[in-house]
Amino acid sequence: MADPKGAAVVIVGGGVTGLSAGWWLARSGVDVLVLDKGIVGWEASGRNGGGATHVYSPFGLEEQRLWPQMDDLLGYPTEHQPYRIGIALSENQLALARRSAEIAETRGFRWELLDRQQVKELVPIAGDNAIGGTFLHFGGHANPQRTVQAYAWALQDHGGRILQHTTVTGLTIRSGRVTAVETSRGSFDAETLIVAAGPQTGLFADMLGVSLPLAPARVEMIATEPLPLMRHGGVAGNGLYGRQTLRGNLVYGGGPHEWINVPDMATPEHPNTPLVRNLARRLAELLPGAAHMRVIRSWGGVAENTPDGLPVVDRLASPDNVIIATMSSVGFGLSPAVGKAISEMVVHGRCLFADLSAISLGRFADTPPDWRERAGWIAGASSIAEAAAGGSR
Amino acid sequence: MTVDLRSIADKAPRPERHVPVVVVGAGVAGVAAAVAAARGGAQVLLVDEHPVDNDMMAMDVPLYFGQRMQESVRNRALMMERVVEANPGLAEAHEAGVDVQLGTYVWGAFVNGPSVRELPGPMLGLADDRRSWLVGYDRLIVAAGARDVALGFPGWERAGAMGASGAHALLTRYRALASKRILILGSGQLALATAALALQHGIEVAGLVEVGDALRAEIGSVPALHGVPIYLSHTVKEARGKVGEVESVALVQVDAALEPVAGTEREIACDTICWAVGLVPNVELLHLVGARLAFSSPRGGWVPQLSDVMQTSVTGVFAVGDCAGVRDGVGGDPDVAHEQGRVAGVAAAESLGANLSPLPSRVRAAADGPAMHAYWQQWLQSLLHVGGWEVNVCQCEEVTRRELVEVKPPRYLKWDSPQMSARSLDTMLRDGPVNQDQIKRLTRAGMGPCQSRRCREQVGLLLAQASGTTMDRIPLPSFRPPLRPLPLNVLWPADEPPAMREHWVGWFGIPTQFSPHWEAGMAIAEPTAQTPLIPSDE
Repeated sequence: MADPKGAAVVIVGGGVTGLSAGWWLARSGVDVLVLDKGIVGWEASGRNGGGATHVYSPFGLEEQRLWPQMDDLLGYPTEHQPYRIGIALSENQLALARRSAEIAETRGFRWELLDRQQVKELVPIAGDNAIGGTFLHFGGHANPQRTVQAYAWALQDHGGRILQHTTVTGLTIRSGRVTAVETSRGSFDAETLIVAAGPQTGLFADMLGVSLPLAPARVEMIATEPLPLMRHGGVAGNGLYGRQTLRGNLVYGGGPHEWINVPDMATPEHPNTPLVRNLARRLAELLPGAAHMRVIRSWGGVAENTPDGLPVVDRLASPDNVIIATMSSVGFGLSPAVGKAISEMVVHGRCLFADLSAISLGRFADTPPDWRERAGWIAGASSIAEAAAGGSR
Repeated sequence: MTVDLRSIADKAPRPERHVPVVVVGAGVAGVAAAVAAARGGAQVLLVDEHPVDNDMMAMDVPLYFGQRMQESVRNRALMMERVVEANPGLAEAHEAGVDVQLGTYVWGAFVNGPSVRELPGPMLGLADDRRSWLVGYDRLIVAAGARDVALGFPGWERAGAMGASGAHALLTRYRALASKRILILGSGQLALATAALALQHGIEVAGLVEVGDALRAEIGSVPALHGVPIYLSHTVKEARGKVGEVESVALVQVDAALEPVAGTEREIACDTICWAVGLVPNVELLHLVGARLAFSSPRGGWVPQLSDVMQTSVTGVFAVGDCAGVRDGVGGDPDVAHEQGRVAGVAAAESLGANLSPLPSRVRAAADGPAMHAYWQQWLQSLLHVGGWEVNVCQCEEVTRRELVEVKPPRYLKWDSPQMSARSLDTMLRDGPVNQDQIKRLTRAGMGPCQSRRCREQVGLLLAQASGTTMDRIPLPSFRPPLRPLPLNVLWPADEPPAMREHWVGWFGIPTQFSPHWEAGMAIAEPTAQTPLIPSDE
C-alpha cells in the first residue's frame, strides 16, 4: 500500500484519457490517484462531438469492441448509441464519406452506400440538396459530459482517488525516475507517473527533459433546442461533426480552428466567436428540415495536435517510470481503448491488444523547434497578408 | 511563411458596420446614455429587443411572460407602435441624432483575449426576426435591465405563472397583458408597484402573499392598494385549473419554521400568479466581454465592478441602470438610472475625444438595501416544506428538485444502477465545491430553450441550500452565445468570406490524422469546396 499522500500510479490530468486509464487501473486493483487543476472532464474531454468511430486508429478495433459494453462496465450511463450516417451534399463530400467507409471495410466493418431517397428515409430533416451518403453498421457516439463523469465515478468505485482543483507545479526526479509530483496541495509520491494533460502535456514533457511537439487550438460547437428523435442520432456531413443527443438537441461543430498558445498551467478560456453563425449555416444546409430550429447554446474547447495529427502514447526512456499520452485532438471516442492500453502498459509493460509503434514519441526526434511556424500553426496570424509579411503578433 | 489555410486565418468575421458607441437597452438609463453620448458628438447606435416576437415571448425570453400575452402581440406593427409610444425617451434619442433600432436582439459580444486573436476588433452579434449581423464598436454601454427571480411550486408550468418584469413589460410597453385577476407573490417595492400597476390597468389584484410575517415595504404610501388582501406568513401550495391554465392558487399559512400550519389552506381564484420577490441584473453581455463581476446579494447577485463613471473592468465597456445592480429587489430610481446613463454616455464620448465640460456630478451611490438571497431562501424553504421535492426546478428539461440534488441523469435515459443511486450532491461535494455548470451538465437543469432564465436562480439557491453553502460561494454559471434562442436560419450569415467556404473542413485538415495506421504513408486529405479528395495511394 502506497503512502496515502501518494499512489502506485499518479495520473496528471482528469480528462477522458487520464480518467479512463485510471479506471482501468483501479478495476485491476492498482492504487491510482488522478490530479486535475480544475474539475474532471472540464476541457475538451467534456466538450466535443462525442464521436466514437475511429477504426483507422491502432486503438480502433478495441474502441469498437468496448463501446457497446461501456455502460455496463462503468455502471453509469454514457448515452452510447451505435451506427453513423454520413450525408453528402457534393461529390467531394461523398468521396470522403466513401473513402472512410472503405478503409473500415478493409478492417471487416460493414457499410452501405445510400441514395438520396434512402438518406431522406433515415433522416427526415435531410433535404433535396443531399446527393447521397453512407450508413456505417459500426461506430457510434456518446455524451462526453456524462462519459467523463462516469469514468471518474467508476474509478472511485474501484478505490481510485481523484483530487480536483489541484495544480501540478513540478516533478521530483531522482536516479532517473519520477518519485513525486509537486502540487498546489502538497507533494504526492508516485511509483509510476502518467501524464495525460491535454494541451499542457507538452509542458510536462519539457519538465521531463523530452520534446513533445504539440500545438493547441480553439474549436467551437453549437447546440439547438430539442427536435423529435431521429432513428439514428449519429448523423453528420457537410464539414460538420456531431450528433443528435438522446434529448433531441442537434450538437455540431467543425470549420476553422484558431491556433493558440497555452502559456502555463492556466485554464484556457473557452470563448465562442461569430463562427457560431457559420456553423449554423452549415447545419441548416446539412439538415434543411431543421433550419427553423433555434440555437440555444454554443461552446468552445481547446484541443492539441501533434505535427502529424496522431496520438503519442508511449513510455519514456528516461525517466523510465513515465507514460505520456496525448490523443492529438481525437481522444474522446478512443478513450475506452486508450485507457485500457495505458493500464496494460503499466501492468504488463506493453499494450497487449495493439501495436503502438506508429504512435511512439520517437517519431518526433527530428522535429525542429520552429515546427509550428513552419506549419503555419501559430497563434494570432489573423490574416494571410500579415503572415506573409512575417508578422505574427 | 506558411499559413494554415484550414485555420481561422483570413476568415475573420467582418462586422456589417462599425459604430463608435453602441448602447444596449432603451430603458431610462440606456436612453440617457445614448443621448449624452450623441450630444457629446459621438455617433451612437441604441438597440432594444422590444417588441420581441410572440414565439420568443412564448419561451419566456427575455422575460418571464408566463403565456399571459394577448393575441395582439402577434401584430408586430401594432406592438412596434405601442413600444415607441410607451417610451418618450426614444423620440428624444432620435432628435439627438441617435440611430435607434428596436426589435433588435443583442445575442453575443465578441472580444479578443488569450485564446481569441482573430477579431479585427470588439463586436456585437445583433439579430431581428429575419437575420443576424455583426456590429463593431469602440465603446459599449450595457443597459440590459434585470429579470425576475422565480421559484417553482406544483403547477408553475401552467399558463398564468409569470414574473413581475414580464407583467410590467406586457402592461406598459405592449399593453397586452391577458390577465383579469392577479395574485402577487412578495411584498416589497416590486410587489407593491406591480399591484398598483395592475390596478391602474383595470386588473383585479387577488392579493399579496408574503412568506415573512411582515410586509417588506410600506403599503400606506400606495393608496390604491387599500383593501387589497394581504397574506402574511403564507406560501404557495399549488396552482390549479383546467389543462395547462392557472384558475386558482392554493395558499397555506406557514409557522416560524416555514412549515405549513394544518387547516389553513385557502384557495384564491385568479388567472395569474406573479413572482415579485426581486430582480436579478442581466449581466450576460458583461460576462461575455469579460467584465469583472462580483457577488452582492443586496444588489441582486452578480453585478459588474464599476468605476465612478460606470465603466466596468473592461476599458470602454460601461454598465448602467438595473444591470449594474438593483436595490431591495427592485429596479433603481429613474433619476439614478438617468444619471448613471448620462455619466456613462458623457464618459464614453469624452474617451472618444469629445471635449465636454467636466461632469457636474457623479452618480450618487444609494445605500445598499437588504440582502435578497436569504429572503429568496425563505421562500424556497417554505415551498419545499409545502410542495416537496417532486416539483420541477427546470421546466424546459423537466428536472425536479429531487433529481437536481440527487444528481440524477435525465429520466429519458431510463437509467438505473446501484452505482448511480449511490451518487448525489453529497458525494460530489467530497470531490470539490459545488459547481452549477457541472450539475447542469449531469442533470440538464438549465439546459433548455429558455436558456435557464426561469431556473438559474432557484437551481443555485437549491444547490446552496442542499450543500450547506451560500450563493456567493458558488461560481457564476456561464452564459453562452447566442444569448437569445435564435433559429439556425436567422443566426446564419447571408454571406461569408470566400476563404470560409473555400477552406472549410470538419476537423483540422491534417492529412495523416484519419489515415489508416496499418498502411504507412496512406493519407486522406479532407476535400474542401474546390479541392477533390486525393488519397495519397492513388
